[in-house]
Amino acid sequence: MKKIEILVVCCHEEISATMIRLINKEEEMLGTAVASPEDAMASFSSKAYDLVLIGAGLAPEAEQQLEAELKKQQPGIPVVYHFGGGSGLLYTEIKQALRKS
Amino acid sequence: MASTILHKANTRGLADHGWLKSYQTFSFGANYNPERIQFGALRVLNDDVVDGGMGFGEHPHDNMEIISIALEGSLQHEDSMHNVAVIEPGEIQVMSAGTGIYHKEYNKNPAQPVKFLQIWLFPNQRNVSPRYQQERYDTLLKPNEFSQILSPEKDDSGVWIYQDAWFHIGKFEAGIKQTHLLKNKENGIYVFVIKGSVNVNGQQLDERDGYGLWETGSIDLETLTEAEVLLMEVPMNY
Repeated sequence: MKKIEILVVCCHEEISATMIRLINKEEEMLGTAVASPEDAMASFSSKAYDLVLIGAGLAPEAEQQLEAELKKQQPGIPVVYHFGGGSGLLYTEIKQALRKS
Repeated sequence: MASTILHKANTRGLADHGWLKSYQTFSFGANYNPERIQFGALRVLNDDVVDGGMGFGEHPHDNMEIISIALEGSLQHEDSMHNVAVIEPGEIQVMSAGTGIYHKEYNKNPAQPVKFLQIWLFPNQRNVSPRYQQERYDTLLKPNEFSQILSPEKDDSGVWIYQDAWFHIGKFEAGIKQTHLLKNKENGIYVFVIKGSVNVNGQQLDERDGYGLWETGSIDLETLTEAEVLLMEVPMNY
């Protein structure tokens, strides 16, 4: 079974680790973490992701620029801003994004 | 005429972890219901019961305005900003999680469960510096009136948050009629009945029912029994 590939962009090390742990706990999902927009673009170019989650820590302009660049490169891949930092909203954010895409 | 959405108490999701029973108005954790995502900026309304001596271990949060209102018992809070506090009935606590915060919450009393509302609002800006605030609101309450317990303004009554939202709470005798005006007509208002039964714009609501209204500048409330009611006014463009 092909897993849902999720790229997590988050500067907060522990929150990033929490998000990846929660994603990888799900059999059908696989998460990859990066901590900067540059690393996000490099990873996004080299692998076929189903979803990008932008977590905590980037400046607003950096978040918006990253979203625009991701959308420009692959308009069909949902880019979602993550809120809450843990399991509370994460699964709904993923399911809603994939449902709409 | 106002647009409305009714969430009866018995239609909420339930996460039963043994030590924690969480009645969830909106999708939360493993409880996913695409019809129940949010009411505007109001994203989480969990009605939690934590067994005596139990609690939530240390866990992170970011980019969320997290509000707790204790209903019964007491909840100990410790966070990565070195805040150590106990929240009790009549108090409201807010954490602006912003760039990231850790906290743990537990019920120190082994003999009594703690019941509290955990409410999350989307912030109006991401990645703010985390902050914590706790205040008593029961000293502000006047019988048969709503009192403001949360706003966007630092100098206003109650706690403040990074969102254009206002919370009011009131304890009422039976047969009281109140008209509540919204601070901003563009906002919606979510009515949550903590205790008792009320009518809001003709809709009967019982204990733990929720009722969202928008495209209206006011609501008319009539208490059918003794009642305690929480009003949450929030922006709808989320």
